[in-house]
Amino acid sequence: MAFLDRTARGFFLSELVSGMALTFSYMFRPKVTLNYPHEKGPISPRFRGEHALRRYANGEERCIACKLCEAVCPAQAITIEAEPRDDGSRRTTRYDIDMTKCIYCGLCQEACPVDAIVEGPNFEFSTETREELFYNKQKLLDNGDRWEAEIAANLTADAPYR
Amino acid sequence: MATTGITTAAAEAEAEFRIKPYTINFGPQHPAAHGVLRLVLEMDGEVVKRADPHIGLLHRGTEKLIEYKTYLQAMPYFDRLDYVAPMNQEHAFVLATEKLLGVTAPLRAQYIRVLYAEIGRILNHLLSVTTYALDVGAITPSLWGFEEREKLMEFYERVCGARLHANYFRTGGVNLDLPAGLADDIWEYTEQFPKFLDDLENLLSENRIFKQRTVDIGVVSREQALDWGFSGPMLRASGVAWDLRKSQPYDVYDRMEFDVPIGLTGDCYARYLVRTLEMVQSNKIIRQCLKEMPEGPVRLADNKIAPPFRGEMKRSMEALIHHFKLFTEGFHVPAGETYTAVEAPKGEFGVYLVANGSNKPYRCKIRAPGFAHLQGMDFMSRGHMLADAVAIIGSMDIVFGEIDR
Repeated sequence: MAFLDRTARGFFLSELVSGMALTFSYMFRPKVTLNYPHEKGPISPRFRGEHALRRYANGEERCIACKLCEAVCPAQAITIEAEPRDDGSRRTTRYDIDMTKCIYCGLCQEACPVDAIVEGPNFEFSTETREELFYNKQKLLDNGDRWEAEIAANLTADAPYR
Repeated sequence: MATTGITTAAAEAEAEFRIKPYTINFGPQHPAAHGVLRLVLEMDGEVVKRADPHIGLLHRGTEKLIEYKTYLQAMPYFDRLDYVAPMNQEHAFVLATEKLLGVTAPLRAQYIRVLYAEIGRILNHLLSVTTYALDVGAITPSLWGFEEREKLMEFYERVCGARLHANYFRTGGVNLDLPAGLADDIWEYTEQFPKFLDDLENLLSENRIFKQRTVDIGVVSREQALDWGFSGPMLRASGVAWDLRKSQPYDVYDRMEFDVPIGLTGDCYARYLVRTLEMVQSNKIIRQCLKEMPEGPVRLADNKIAPPFRGEMKRSMEALIHHFKLFTEGFHVPAGETYTAVEAPKGEFGVYLVANGSNKPYRCKIRAPGFAHLQGMDFMSRGHMLADAVAIIGSMDIVFGEIDR
């Protein structure tokens, strides 16, 4: 009986036909592809994208040049120089991230005690030259200003877990 | 003299018609070489006489680099070994470090790790099985498989912030707890996943073209598999019931109820079947994890090893000091050595860690399963056609990140 069964199935190409039928049925299911530049996949509050340096609400930059991020960075992508300002506060004079070295592990934002350096939700920062990816302090602060609303929302959403 | 003349002429004529073994380069740019495998094949017509895998094109010196990183900084390197299932590698490293430190992660963290290790296994097998089908001529499975992978990588992203290079497991637990709602979404996913597997099997398992390309190709006997140090699905497809999750359970695998699928024939088809059935079992383990997962902390309360919570760090001076110490100097691991292995999707992934009491590993040897499997390429493909060599590479589930390290 098993022999007959097998022969019949072999003769009628049953497994190929059922496979084709399945493939055909997928034609009528809703599309799962995204039309990328216009549609984007969902991103969670924990997403680790482009870096940004944040400011306090009064405009003062948060970074106090403790250099924890520089120390913990496994790729050694961060370079910081600092000296006291005229008002006596300690701030960075140089804060560079080499985005070509960065591996987006998120250890810098984990290490930062004042939530200054964060990896924001932006993942579209490709450039045409390498030089544009050597971020300096100004670029990072600009990123912070641009993405502050999203970053703040993400940090609040994730705060209970951190 | 005359006879000699005739013999020489005959020999010359024969030499003219004898085809010398033809040596071809397969890869490293060939898409079926699964990355940067360069295979030097000695061919007799279309039959492979000898296969000589050349490796090292993706060598990054991971093991040496880890010697210069603290234990925390070494974690991202493990994502980049077998980049198809990143968290399984991290698992081996955190278990090795925890063994040297003499600590165990909180129960909830162990459940989360097992949960994500099994998601990693499905991620790996989905890629392996579907691209294998692509190698032997079926395109549809890989298109569907990548959709499922996308959903699983979303679960990765929600828990750690990255779809691939997770950097999520930590010595003494995991980085962050599961965000609210994630467990329900994973549960929902596990309910529809078997349906997808049925569809996949419907396309492949009985398909005569797929079977013609895989059945009796690259047969590995039980003895050969053991002699060449195979592990994982490669070993189980040859009929050896060996699974580290069963034989030396780590984390909460001893609480999990699952079966270990065993192949009987040791050919490419058996390896395909073992992987497919393992996905069913992984799905089962994920459901058990979600059902049984207790509440509680996800990392050690000992702030000498695990960083304090941020709220505490901003209020308490002591916590802040711990925070600074951990992120600059890291924790010190007492001198000792350990070989800790986990059942990664590809096989036994082991970390041989030697600590000398400092904050950095003295030596970290990584045992990658794919390396042992690739050694078998020569005897597995000998006597097969060139096209079968592609089928054999596909069934070995090669990922070069871990082989070249």
